[in-house]
Amino acid sequence: MNNFNGSNEYVVSEDLMRSVNIAMALEKPLLIKGEPGTGKTMLADAISKALNKKLIIWNIKSTTKAQDGLYVYDTVQRLYDSQFGTEGVNDIKKYIKLGKLGEAFNSDEQVVLLIDEIDKADLEFPNDLLWELDKMEFYIPETKETIKAKVRPIVIITSNAEKELPDAFLRRCIFHYIEFPNAEMMAEIIKVHFDDIDEYLVEKVLETFYLIRDVRDIQKKPSTSEVIDWIQALAIGGINPDEIKEKVPFAGVLLKKNEDLETVEKAKERGFARPRW
Amino acid sequence: MFIDFFYKLRDTGLDVSVNEWLTVMEALRKGLCKSSLTEFYHVCRAIVVRSESEFDKFDTAFADYFKDIKKFDEIPKEIYDFLENPKAMAEDFDKLAADLRNGNLTLEDLQRLLRERLEEQKERHDGGIYWIGTGGGSTMGHSGYSPKGIRVGGEGRLRSALQMAGEHNYRDFRDDNILDTRQLQVAFRRLRQFSSRVEGPKTELDVEKTIQKTCDNAGRLKLVFDRPRQNTVKLVVLFDSGGSMHRYSQMCSALFQAVSKSNHFKDLKIYYFHNCIYDQLYTTPECRYDKSVETNWVLRNLNKDYKIIFVGDAAMSPTELLSVGGNYYYGVFNEEPGIEWIRKFKNKYKNVVWLNPIAENRWIHTYGYDTIRMISKEVDMYELTVSRMEYALKKLIASK
Repeated sequence: MNNFNGSNEYVVSEDLMRSVNIAMALEKPLLIKGEPGTGKTMLADAISKALNKKLIIWNIKSTTKAQDGLYVYDTVQRLYDSQFGTEGVNDIKKYIKLGKLGEAFNSDEQVVLLIDEIDKADLEFPNDLLWELDKMEFYIPETKETIKAKVRPIVIITSNAEKELPDAFLRRCIFHYIEFPNAEMMAEIIKVHFDDIDEYLVEKVLETFYLIRDVRDIQKKPSTSEVIDWIQALAIGGINPDEIKEKVPFAGVLLKKNEDLETVEKAKERGFARPRW
Repeated sequence: MFIDFFYKLRDTGLDVSVNEWLTVMEALRKGLCKSSLTEFYHVCRAIVVRSESEFDKFDTAFADYFKDIKKFDEIPKEIYDFLENPKAMAEDFDKLAADLRNGNLTLEDLQRLLRERLEEQKERHDGGIYWIGTGGGSTMGHSGYSPKGIRVGGEGRLRSALQMAGEHNYRDFRDDNILDTRQLQVAFRRLRQFSSRVEGPKTELDVEKTIQKTCDNAGRLKLVFDRPRQNTVKLVVLFDSGGSMHRYSQMCSALFQAVSKSNHFKDLKIYYFHNCIYDQLYTTPECRYDKSVETNWVLRNLNKDYKIIFVGDAAMSPTELLSVGGNYYYGVFNEEPGIEWIRKFKNKYKNVVWLNPIAENRWIHTYGYDTIRMISKEVDMYELTVSRMEYALKKLIASK
């Protein structure tokens, strides 16, 4: 049986590891929700590497339709070809191209299928995939063919909770909510990203980082990727770790909104103490 | 197994279906829970819960259902402490002997043995066959081997599941809490009705029909165009910006942000009123006369397809709602009582709801309870929370 224990490049919490293994054992899709920057997308990559399986990524956009993941019947190409009497126009198969889901089903070996940011698509999108994810098969009426998974892929679905997902869909998934990593976990994540990093610097950075995250009225809280960029900037800039809390250098790396920069500026002046009023 | 727990979960408001419960059973059968309550907690939660807003409900039910098992806490702390650092099993460990020794014990036997040991054990023991310990062949402890036994300490400690459940870490996510802009925005996305039967030029290539027509045309290309699908929802939101609404200003501002940021409506109009609507509606929250429109103009010009949301506490003096000239603003006389104006909206528009920031359980005794009652008789009133909002928006989208 597959068993996922994290990887060298991806720090995984015990909870998440457990959920991944539950989902694999029960052969159900794993739905990952959480704040941006908690490494939802990275998870699938880590799983595929740890288990040495191919990763197929299906990126969902607002215009993506369920059908796109199954197969595309390239009618326009066929139309063109028919105008010029190209060879094989009467062979529909030539114009059927499998989508990401189809590709995953058609694979001879087990693959990891990542359906990334499913909430970006239309509200009905997940509903259109119920049968396919349940049975791991679909029918192509044009060729009268059924594409059925030879080995059920490991399906990871991520969502930023922009839209509510339909109930029927949620019922079929193993659900996991990734919490924002605490300082301890974050230190580990940072270690994974930097081979050689001053522990004292990390400690000081994280102290300030979590203070900033706790400042009220911040509209876009900085996340993992921002803190990693920040450390990079601080290390290159050769900043004295003891000055970080006082000066918050390169704040623009952490905060992407003008209002937030101003808020942090004010918070910094009172030493990140809560306002009294 | 755990059928009562299943019903307990349903009673707490988690919408667990038989299907999911069977999945839980399947997980148990496959040994995913490793005979530990902590693992069971996680497995069960991953399968049953569908959103972080439900974690708290699950925790509550879990803590309540398994609370009696807490008696295992009685195992002395010293024993737990040494169990935290297990010793590995001896290499020449005799598995067969352990099978023979412990294989036929019943649960009662095991419990009796544990009770006896708890009485007499005073220190650490590892690798043996008698005491509570690690890496051995007795019936109690962990990281050892015995065909039957009671796990004490180690991975999957019983207490931790209950502790976790007791901590209510996810309380903030409960969706009956008050809302922020983002949640509201998400809620407003529900307000969509797509149709391609709107007015407008045909600009989108209809591939299917084009092919059909082309084939009918003996292979000569013939293009067919169609109108693009659009959201047809048109919305009017009327905010009460009167004095009693001040305490809810944050909530209303969140709602306002959400509405104004939602760009998927075909049309969106926002007006303000003070306590109740009369002859004028205001275009700014200050409700100044020079920035007002005639309510009748609004009623005349916005056709009946518009959906109406009133946002207000509906709490006012009864005269403001029922009397001619009841308008609270000095110098703005109303010929018709406020309630008539509300009825005008109700009669003209098919979908009207009222969102009230006052908690629903206070409606019957708070200040203005009588006007709240009267207005909610005219218009469906919902508390301004995420979960109630959903009902309100469903009501708006429903065709009558």
